[in-house]
Amino acid sequence: MTDTATTGRERAPATLLGRIGAQNISLLIALVVLLAIFGALRPDVFFTPRNLINIGLAVTLLGILAMAQTVVIVSGGLDISVGSIVGLSTMVLAVAAQETGSIPISILAGLLAGLLAGAINGLIIVYGPVNAVIATLGTMSAFRGLAYLMNNGNSIPITGDSLRALGIGTLFGLPFAIWLLIAAMAAFIVFTRETVVGRNIYALGGNPTVARLAGIPIRRYQISIYAMSGFAAAVAGLVLASRTMSGQPASGSQGLELEAITAAILGGCALQGGKGTIVGAMLGVLIIGVLNNGMILTSVPTFYQLLAKGALLILAVIVQERQRARTGE
Amino acid sequence: MTVPVVSVEGVSKRFGAVQALRDVSVAFHAGEITALIGENGAGKSTLMRVLEGEHRPDSGRVLVDGQPVQLNSPRAAHGSGIRVIHQEPEIIPELTVAENIFIGDIKARGGIFLDRADLERRSLELLNTFGVVDVLSPGQRCHGLSPALRQLIEIMRALRPGARLLAFDEPTSSLTEDEAQRLFRVIRRLKADGVAVIYISHRLREIIELADRCVVMRDGSRVADEPIAALDEQRMVRLMVGRPVSDLFNRKERTLGPVRLALEDVTTRRVQGISFEVRAGEIVGLGGLVGAGRTEVARAIVGLDPLLSGQMAAGGKPYRPREPSDAVATGIGLVPEDRKQEALLLMQAVRDNVSLVVPDKVSRYGFFSRRRERALVAHHVAELRVKTPSIEQAVGKLSGGNQQKVVFARWQARGPAVLILDEPTRGIDVGAKAEIYRLIESLADRGLAILLISSEMPELLGLADRVLVMQGGRISGELPWQVASEEAVLALAMRSGKETIERRVS
Repeated sequence: MTDTATTGRERAPATLLGRIGAQNISLLIALVVLLAIFGALRPDVFFTPRNLINIGLAVTLLGILAMAQTVVIVSGGLDISVGSIVGLSTMVLAVAAQETGSIPISILAGLLAGLLAGAINGLIIVYGPVNAVIATLGTMSAFRGLAYLMNNGNSIPITGDSLRALGIGTLFGLPFAIWLLIAAMAAFIVFTRETVVGRNIYALGGNPTVARLAGIPIRRYQISIYAMSGFAAAVAGLVLASRTMSGQPASGSQGLELEAITAAILGGCALQGGKGTIVGAMLGVLIIGVLNNGMILTSVPTFYQLLAKGALLILAVIVQERQRARTGE
Repeated sequence: MTVPVVSVEGVSKRFGAVQALRDVSVAFHAGEITALIGENGAGKSTLMRVLEGEHRPDSGRVLVDGQPVQLNSPRAAHGSGIRVIHQEPEIIPELTVAENIFIGDIKARGGIFLDRADLERRSLELLNTFGVVDVLSPGQRCHGLSPALRQLIEIMRALRPGARLLAFDEPTSSLTEDEAQRLFRVIRRLKADGVAVIYISHRLREIIELADRCVVMRDGSRVADEPIAALDEQRMVRLMVGRPVSDLFNRKERTLGPVRLALEDVTTRRVQGISFEVRAGEIVGLGGLVGAGRTEVARAIVGLDPLLSGQMAAGGKPYRPREPSDAVATGIGLVPEDRKQEALLLMQAVRDNVSLVVPDKVSRYGFFSRRRERALVAHHVAELRVKTPSIEQAVGKLSGGNQQKVVFARWQARGPAVLILDEPTRGIDVGAKAEIYRLIESLADRGLAILLISSEMPELLGLADRVLVMQGGRISGELPWQVASEEAVLALAMRSGKETIERRVS
């Protein structure tokens, strides 16, 4: 169509970077409703500081993964392999601890393993080229296989006081892991909103051709984004290893990719790319965390929990598509 | 006076703060071609949407054969014989030509199986009527068809039985001269068959050639409805813009500086042996038919298509881009052909779209300095007189001309040495066009080397200091502006076959 109606008055300005929009407000409402429901069902335990800290601890892994996933989705991609990378990195950490006896070196090894695994994802996607969903679906299986191979499918216990301290230590009454999550959140928010690279990622996801012609080296960006996602998974792996004091090939990290993607989508990420915020994703994470915790407290069987989480992902996408159709974006 | 096939009486339509149509009355008669012109935003498309049943007017009525009708849905409009052929043909690439023509009206045997024989017979009839059996066959898949052929399919689809009013919305914007002529023959045949035709175009010469009558719209109102014989281009422009428009081009001698971009025997998968130079302050035009390889030359220069052989130099140094980012870093900017798909992030703010190529100028250590960004963007937006309520406005909400100005503002902020313009005024109305031309001239005055790709002859001939003409992936000739004429360019563009390619340098 040739006629574009331009008016002097428009609605709220459309800024590139995140803003607290209608979607975040509805997420907040959903969160409050959930809190009210579970608070009413289990008034004895739900709102105790101990349980709230439990929720906080439970969402650290998921939170780190969901924020990284948000960046990946904003860039127009998807990373399904993050759960496997978490498992793999704990195994690398445990093996390194066995071999070297040094916790700092082992932590470094675990983080490097995640970075490398992510970079491999990026290289496959860019130079294959392979669709991101397929590429990371493949490496999801491959990395998990690798994690099992490292000790014949068994976990490896880790000894080392410094790692234990990391797992159980607190600062101002809050566990280290929660501080880590808060720090990561601050870093991700600044990264996505205030840096050139962050803004370019929105451009890349919004329209890769435009981004490319504007001089953004999109291949380097894509590889770096998946490497970052792998690294974030390894950080989550570090949290998991410090909590369990072991390398776990699968336990504790299986299905995390589903939850991370669900949280990101709930938080307003468009799978087409170019849209999504860290704050939204963290609200999604809290909703999933409260739902998980509440269902355990109210003794909902595990199988129903899986059912509920799957339904939540699909519901989030349906709501998003409806909104897209309505706003005509 | 005969009863018009379709007429609108006193139609008004408002969207929010915008009065898109103001008390518009027009009658469309059988066997008459009515041109509809106006700047973007004048209300042409809204009027079409009303006729199509997409929009319901706030007041006024639509009459078919003198009887008031309610066009509540596209289906109702279709039933009344009103068909609109849109600028972007909606063709399903995986279906055959016949299936695309008759989609929604495919007969089934026993209610289940495709009646291929019937489909083929009916589409062959149509293809014959249009004289295109040699280029299209009913069973051919539509994948990869040229825009012209896709449009033809869309027209044949619209011509299914019962068409009484056929509206063409800028049908020639992506057609070559030849294809446009074929379309005009089709339209004249429709006229002879007694169909009422509405023809929307920005190309005034076409309208004078084709139409019987011209309706001019401005700001939602009908400002003129006259027989074509009473109008000339100047008057049409004056009616559309509402004020006299000075000459579109100011030809003046510019002093040329050093060579900014040089191509030597550049060959990619799509172009062969391309050699030319662009100097500082020079506008070099690249003409030729659609598909002659002009855009592909641009793609090679910015690093989108790899060089198979040959070399390039920028600013006197060897230049071998692997990615468009190399081009930007070297000081070569591209204003691509498809503004909406290749140049702009439509949902993002003007600010983001401008600052996208100047991250170094709006940040420190990788972090944005919003103050600097706003100042820089505001400066260039003001200088180019982009009409936008604020720099936070989403670019997709601006008019075509203003969108293009945002693209220019972006490169002006970057300050490249070479700027490649691929169809810089496509889909832009007359008033904005003149501004873009001024802008291109002033950029050259300031010493930019400009490569201008254009299918619009007046633009090419009016702006370029010399015109390189391409044909079949090669440069078939070069014309200094003094001798460049439409005929000369076309002769080079259509020079047939493999005759020796020699440069005509006078």
